Formats: sequence, structure tokens, C-alpha cells
Amino acid sequence: MILEAVRFAFSGIAANKMRSALTTLGIVIGISAVIALLAVGAGTQNSIKSQIAKLGTNVLTVNRSVSTGGRSTGGSATSTRSQSTNLTQADQQALQDPVLAPDVAATAPVVQAQSITAALGTSTHSIASTLGTTGDYFGITDFAAAAGRVLNAGDTGQSVVVLGNSVAADLAANTASLVGQSVSLNGQQFTVVGVLAAKGTSGLNDPDDVAMVPIDTAKDKFTGYSLSLSSIAVQAKSADVMVQAQNEIQQILDARHQVTEANRDYQVRNQAQLLTTATSTTQTLTTLLGAVAGISLLVGGIGVMNIMLVTVTERTREIGIRKAIGATRGNIVAQFLVESLIVSVLGGVMGILLGVGISSIPLFGVTPEVQWWTVWLSVGVSAAIGLVFGIYPANKAARLRPIDALRYE
Amino acid sequence: MSGITSSAATLPYPSAPGRAAQHPVISLSAVHKIYGEGEAEVRALDGVGLSIARGEFVAIIGASGSGKSTMMNIIGCLDAPTSGEYRLDGIATGELDEHQLAQIRNRKIGFVFQNFNLIPRTRAVDNVAMPLAYRGVSRRERHERAMAALDAVGLSERASHLPSQLSGGQQQRVAIARALVTEPVLLLADEPTGALDTHASHEVLDLFDSLHATGRSIVMITHELDVAARAERTVRMQDGLIIADSRTGGVA
Ligand SMILES: Nc1ncnc2c1ncn2[C@@H]1O[C@H](COP(=O)(O)OP(=O)(O)OP(=O)(O)O)[C@@H](O)[C@H]1O
Ligand SMILES: [Mg+2]
Repeated sequence: MILEAVRFAFSGIAANKMRSALTTLGIVIGISAVIALLAVGAGTQNSIKSQIAKLGTNVLTVNRSVSTGGRSTGGSATSTRSQSTNLTQADQQALQDPVLAPDVAATAPVVQAQSITAALGTSTHSIASTLGTTGDYFGITDFAAAAGRVLNAGDTGQSVVVLGNSVAADLAANTASLVGQSVSLNGQQFTVVGVLAAKGTSGLNDPDDVAMVPIDTAKDKFTGYSLSLSSIAVQAKSADVMVQAQNEIQQILDARHQVTEANRDYQVRNQAQLLTTATSTTQTLTTLLGAVAGISLLVGGIGVMNIMLVTVTERTREIGIRKAIGATRGNIVAQFLVESLIVSVLGGVMGILLGVGISSIPLFGVTPEVQWWTVWLSVGVSAAIGLVFGIYPANKAARLRPIDALRYE
Repeated sequence: MSGITSSAATLPYPSAPGRAAQHPVISLSAVHKIYGEGEAEVRALDGVGLSIARGEFVAIIGASGSGKSTMMNIIGCLDAPTSGEYRLDGIATGELDEHQLAQIRNRKIGFVFQNFNLIPRTRAVDNVAMPLAYRGVSRRERHERAMAALDAVGLSERASHLPSQLSGGQQQRVAIARALVTEPVLLLADEPTGALDTHASHEVLDLFDSLHATGRSIVMITHELDVAARAERTVRMQDGLIIADSRTGGVA
């Protein structure tokens, strides 16, 4: 008998093709929006993850902590205190102690030079991040030379530079040809010793928009001589010992700076933390997108109900005839419920196809990744819509007394 | 939804099959139907008693508003009386629930309306087969029986036509085929020729005559006396009451 209901439902739908199509469209839009927007959310998350992965593996960064830097602490001597507010190269070297810091593999001091513009002939490029550092930095942050070499100990004090791929590409069409050439950085001549392999951009910022010079040279030419470092890059021996490495760093620096956990003048961050922060941000975004899509799906569902109510009203006479020739309440409920189910499940299936289709196109610089659970959920939701929004009109139809239905004009 | 296929055993038959022929197919006693309340009260039926035996062909006549359709709807189990008892084929319909009433309409009654009441955008053969679908008859058998019924009303070549592609007389014959396809004990017709011209009316009435000849009980409402003359018994109504009930001699 369900088969009969399906047959009657199909002929009901076929009798009003345009209207059925428009009703279906509401569900199609809702479902495809849910799938596509959640895919975009997941895609964003992926791109942030891969971007962070590009910063290097097992990397811990020690930064000066601005908030506690200026605060004085009652117990400790002020002279020591003022000395220890900065991260120094001595701090960095202290972290390389194999006894006190067995889980630290490598460290590199970093000073950051602000607003440096590179020029070669008529080409110029404003570098996003210009660093003074040592050769170890490249290994820690996973940068390799595509042409020439990275910095080494012999470069100390020399006017040499390693260019990131984006910087090099802006200065010359053939980036490899830059090796050995002289470029100017804020008007001062530097010899290019290497061009880095591209890490690839991924939306938010460009890890290849960098230039590295020897740390002494950076202090000499750009930042002015100072003991202070911008940060220290530390590589742990493996991903498993990140926490141990972080503890060792904190013990060494706490002793050197004479601080405790309560008044630390520096902070150690690891990529995993960054990842957590970024992930929770995008998760919020994804939830928001999902909510918007969910609302459009709800609107689509109300559309189904609306049309089913119209259909029931319009076909009141037909309902009367069917009842007069022996249709029971159950028959009528089944017919209209199946009709709304077909409309919404059909819409659901088409919405899934459309949503998956849309998700194969890169949107806003991210490659959406379809979350398969959203597909199964959509199937369930569209069926539920058909049932929930169909049951009221179907019941309304079934409850009609045959004589009233037949008299309906 | 599965209830449609359930056996006739769920219907409360009052007696053994052997006695079936003894009780009247229709038995109304002191039936009232009152619409509205107070000032607006309309006593559409005001105490009607009527008994129709199996195989009778009865015409119901009377002025407009006299309660003919109201009575017919009660006989057809489309409506329930306000008070009084109606027995159909021995079954007290007042005791039946909605589901059982649907089964009664499906199994025992064939209804023919003045305005045909075919389901639009549905082929003639599918219209005819529909009552069988609600009874759980297989698709093939349904089709065969629907074709046979269409053949009986002389419309087998029009089986695949939509109602909108048929003339009024043809539509009414399709409706009659639909009423007959379940082989009901009772055929009810509320002004079946009211919307038809003389020629089409004759075709329909001839059909009724031949159905009557094969022993079917028929109750037909009409305004026209010559139509009523086809029946063997004429019941006249006025103001919700039966004022005359005469045997007219039957088939012309
Ligand atoms: N649903 C209703 N609500 C209120 N009054 C009704 C209703 N149906 C019928 N009536 C009234 O009941 C009375 C009998 O109506 P009915 O339809 O039975 O007449 P009829 O004999 O079939 O007339 P006609 O020959 O015009 O078809 C009329 O006065 C009518 O106005
Ligand atoms: Mg009437």
C-alpha cells in the first residue's frame, strides 16, 4: 500500500511540476549551503594548519613578554632585574646546554628589522619580514636554498643576504640569477648568497616574503647595536619532547632572569598552541557559517510545509473523492506525507550534489573540504524536513470529513 | 495504512451469510439531520424511515432543499445522522469507527455524483481502478477489472484519456464504471443525469437499467419525472420527510 501512496504522490508532484521544482529548490539551496559553507570552514582550518606547519617543525619561539617586562618585583635586586628584561644572545647560547637542556636540538637568535625595501635596478620590493639571524635558523624553520646557499658562520659581519622566494621573484624574473648579484636594502649594498625555495602562500600571509642577513650585520646596519633580541627560535629534538624542551627553556631562563612563573618577562610559545588558537577561531567561524546555512534550510522546510498546505487546500475535493471511494485516514496521510518526503529528499539529494560541486571550487583562497558527516546529516535532515513539515498538512487532509471535502469549492 | 487490506472480518456482520438476503440493504429509522443551532437551525431530515430491499431500483424525488442529498449522503456513509439509526446490509453504521466506515464505502457502496467527481489529470482507467487500490488488489488485477468495467460502460477505447478529454456523458460513464468496479451491493446516484443532455442521459439510464436487471440495488435522486419513471419505486420527499412512497411498475 505504501507503493500505492508513492505512486499517488508522484502523480501529485508531476501534476504541478513548476511548483514542485521551486519547493525543491528551497531545500536544494539550504542543503547545498550547509555542505558548501561547512566545507569552506574545514578548508580554512586546513589552510591554517598547513601554514603553521610551514613555520617549521618542533619549533618553540621565545619572545619577550611585553606585559610583565616593565613590572618590578619586590624581592629581586633592581639591577639584575633591569638587565634581565631583555632576551640576549647569551640567553640563546645558554639554551644550548646539553646537560640542562637535553631536549633542545638547535637554537637561533633573531632580530627583526622594520620596513626594509629591497632594490635591484628599477625593481623594488618592500620586504614583510627582514631578520638578522644565524645559519641554524634555516634548519629550525625548514627553509632551504633553491639557489646558492643559506647563511653560515663565515658570513658573520659580512653584507650578505639570503632572499625569500617572493622577494627574489619581485626583483628578477630568473631568481637563480640573483645569486652573486648586489642588491640594495634601504640603500645599502648586500651581496645575495642564496635564494630560498618557496614554501608557498596560503592566504593569510606569505612565508616567502622574507630576507635574512647575519645577525651582527643587521644590528650594525638596521636595528642599531643592542644586546636585545626580538626572539629566539628553538628546535626541540622531536615533536614528542616539545613540553620537556619548553620546561628546560623556562628553567634556564627563569634562573638567568631571576623570575618565577608569576612574573616571567618572556614567553615560550609552541606551534601546537598557535594551532589550537587558530583552530578554535575557525571553529567559531564554521559554526557561524553552519548556523546561517541551517537557517536557510529551515526556511526551505517551511517552504515545503507552505506548499503542502496549498496542495491540500487545492486538492480538498480530490481528498473527498478518495475518501468517498474508500480511502482511509492512513491512505491520505501516507499519500501527502510521501509527497512531501519525495520533494524534500529529492531536494536533499540535489543539494548534496550541488554542495559537493561548489566545494570543488576554491573559494576565498581556500580549498573547501567536504565534511562527509554533513552529507549524511543532510540526508537525514531533508528526510526529517519532509516528515516534520509534511505531517501537519497530511493530517489536515486526512482529518477532513468526506462530505465536507466533497462540498469544498 | 496497512488496514486497507484487512479482511472483511473486521466489519461487524450481524448474522450468518445465509440470512444476508433476508435483511434490507438499506434501513433508516427515525433519522434526523439537523444543521446549525437555535435561530439558524435547519432540520434537513426530520425523522425519516425507509427500507430498501436487495435488488430494488428506487428513485428519490422532491423539491430542491427537501433533504434528498442529505439522506443520500447518510446512506452512502459520507455523513452521519444527528439521531436515528441507519443499517446498511444489516450493519448498524452508528457503531462503526472511521476506518470501518472507509471500508464500508469501499466494499459495499458505489457512488455516482452529479458532477462526476473524477480525479483530474488521472487517466480514466486509473480513476476506475482507484477503489481497488484502496482495497489492496494487485496492480494487474486492478487493471483487468478496470478495463472490464470500462468495457461494460462502453468506453474501453477511452481508457487512457484524461477526464478533461472526455465529454460529460463519457465522464459520467467512467464514474459509473468506478462505482461498479468493486461490485458493490448498492449503487447510489445523486442526480447522475443532472449535468447531461438528453442523449447522454439516456445512455446513463440505460446503463442503470441493465445493472438493475443483473440484480444490483440502485438508489437514484432525480428532478425529472421521466427519469424517475425508469425506477420501480419512487420516494417523494418534502421538508425533510418522506411524503410518498409508490411502486411504479419498474423498468420501462
Ligand atoms: N452543510 C450544511 N449546513 C447547513 N445546512 C445545510 C447543509 N447541507 C444542507 N443544508 C440544508 O439542508 C437542507 C436539505 O439540503 P439537501 O442538499 O439535502 O437538499 P436537496 O433535496 O438535495 O436539494 P437539491 O435538489 O437542490 O439538491 C437545505 O435546506 C439545505 O440548505
Ligand atoms: Mg441535492
